[in-house]
Amino acid sequence: MRSLKLALRQLKYNERAFRRNPAAAFFTIGFPLIFLVILNVIFGNRTIDLGDRVISGATFYIPAIVTLTVVNSCYTSVAMSWVYDRDSGLLKRIRGAPLPAWAFLLGRITYVVLLMVVLATIVVVFGRLFYDVAIPGATMPAVLVSLAIGAFTFCALALALASFVPNSDAAPAVVNGTILPLLFISEVFIPPDAGTPDWVEKVSLVFPVQHLSKALQTGFNPLETGAGFEPLHLGVISAWGIAGLILTLRFSSWEPRV
Amino acid sequence: MADSVIEVQGLHKQYGEVEAVRGIDLNIERGEVFALLGPNGAGKTTTVEILEGHRTRSAGQVRVLGFDPERNEVALKQRTGIVLQRTGLEPYLTVAETIDMFRGYYPQPLPLDEVLEVVGLKDQRTQRVRRLSGGQQRRLDVAVGLAGDPELLFLDEPTTGFDPTARRGAWTMIRNLRERGKTILLTTHYLDEAQELADRVAIMMNGEIVAEDTPSQLVSADSHTSIRFRIPEEAQLPGKFELQTDESGQVEIRTTNLTQDLHTLTSWAIAEEVSLTDLTVSRLSLEEVFLQLTDKFAEKRENSS
Repeated sequence: MRSLKLALRQLKYNERAFRRNPAAAFFTIGFPLIFLVILNVIFGNRTIDLGDRVISGATFYIPAIVTLTVVNSCYTSVAMSWVYDRDSGLLKRIRGAPLPAWAFLLGRITYVVLLMVVLATIVVVFGRLFYDVAIPGATMPAVLVSLAIGAFTFCALALALASFVPNSDAAPAVVNGTILPLLFISEVFIPPDAGTPDWVEKVSLVFPVQHLSKALQTGFNPLETGAGFEPLHLGVISAWGIAGLILTLRFSSWEPRV
Repeated sequence: MADSVIEVQGLHKQYGEVEAVRGIDLNIERGEVFALLGPNGAGKTTTVEILEGHRTRSAGQVRVLGFDPERNEVALKQRTGIVLQRTGLEPYLTVAETIDMFRGYYPQPLPLDEVLEVVGLKDQRTQRVRRLSGGQQRRLDVAVGLAGDPELLFLDEPTTGFDPTARRGAWTMIRNLRERGKTILLTTHYLDEAQELADRVAIMMNGEIVAEDTPSQLVSADSHTSIRFRIPEEAQLPGKFELQTDESGQVEIRTTNLTQDLHTLTSWAIAEEVSLTDLTVSRLSLEEVFLQLTDKFAEKRENSS
């Protein structure tokens, strides 16, 4: 109980620190919207063939950018901040205080997940207002479950990756280097009917990003008649998450690496 | 029996092939300021980090407030404060918020105003951490270590990089803490700092404790008095003296028996009609003792290898 309270306090300080760095806060919030607008300007007027259905560019890009939001909030920002905080000695300092490690981590993760929810909501509302993309109704539970599993997986992978990043100077390169190529081949920036070679598609299916974007596409599909759950996609994402968790538990450290 | 806060027996730490700590014993009592002194790489930080629970040991017994720090227990952490060498604090929080955040981790924290008072950051309470000067950040480090009102405080090189005024300020702060009955384990490579603050000093070299005593005992130990004077170049001193002459022609004798040696020296001077100009007798400073130990140690190593 006490630890839970501590995690909540941690959340408050995280939020305060975020709010006080307006430039960073602005771009964190603005980033998905900037991509949404740009991609819609370029591809918004055409239709996109998803194989089983043909949808408008805007209908495709809302779930795609929601995927980007999950990846940015959970993977990119968690991995970077973990490496920075490890290098600055903050993690070691926390380790010396009587705050259970998991309470600190829970505060962190809860914070990025809340931020992710806010950003995803902004994207969805923005899509409804400006691109006339319907907000999921009956499929909303499926969307939320996909988001939750996505958040878990990308946070776990971020922490696992952070264990292998030697120092904070290397963090942006390693983090972006591992995720940007995936975003390009996983139907986030580039629609599936853009002539992507078959083998690229196959490669991308090994990784979790493609599965998350596909699960969310189903959740956002206005013609979907079922509940919109994609067990196979969610299963692959979860498997990555569990692998990430195991690597994190095995290799993560709180010590700055000099 | 005195109340031991830290008890260490036969502590070893091995990093691969390197033996960073080679079997040290320590006993630090409640209310004591104990300084661990030594050059960089002597094993000070490794030792302290083992006591803090940041590192595991390779061998030996360690008890801190009755706990084994390796087990990483919250109950121990609630009673200790750690000030590491490196600062790692959230740059966008204010001084007061930072201290408050850490106060929240402890069951019985020190009141915020008291913390600010002790470290002398009252005027900076609403300032963001990133806007603090280096010295102020270091004070904030100490403040964070104090937030939980610990019985035992680890201070790892608290004044490294300070200007002289800031160092004096930090010393006053450490004295204040001592008056509050805190036990403090201080590591430093400044000898004057150890001399100024510590009740006891252990000098560490190459993973071993080579000397341990009160600062005044360390400098007054037998071998640590020096007689300095000038004599004409042609004068031949009695053979029993081992002497060193510096560039300016000043002669120095290190003595273990001041009364006897001074008598021999002055008797010789009177008999030979040599005048001992600028004759002074002085105790070595801790710094000189330290350098002497370092030299001896280096010699010993050369001989053994």
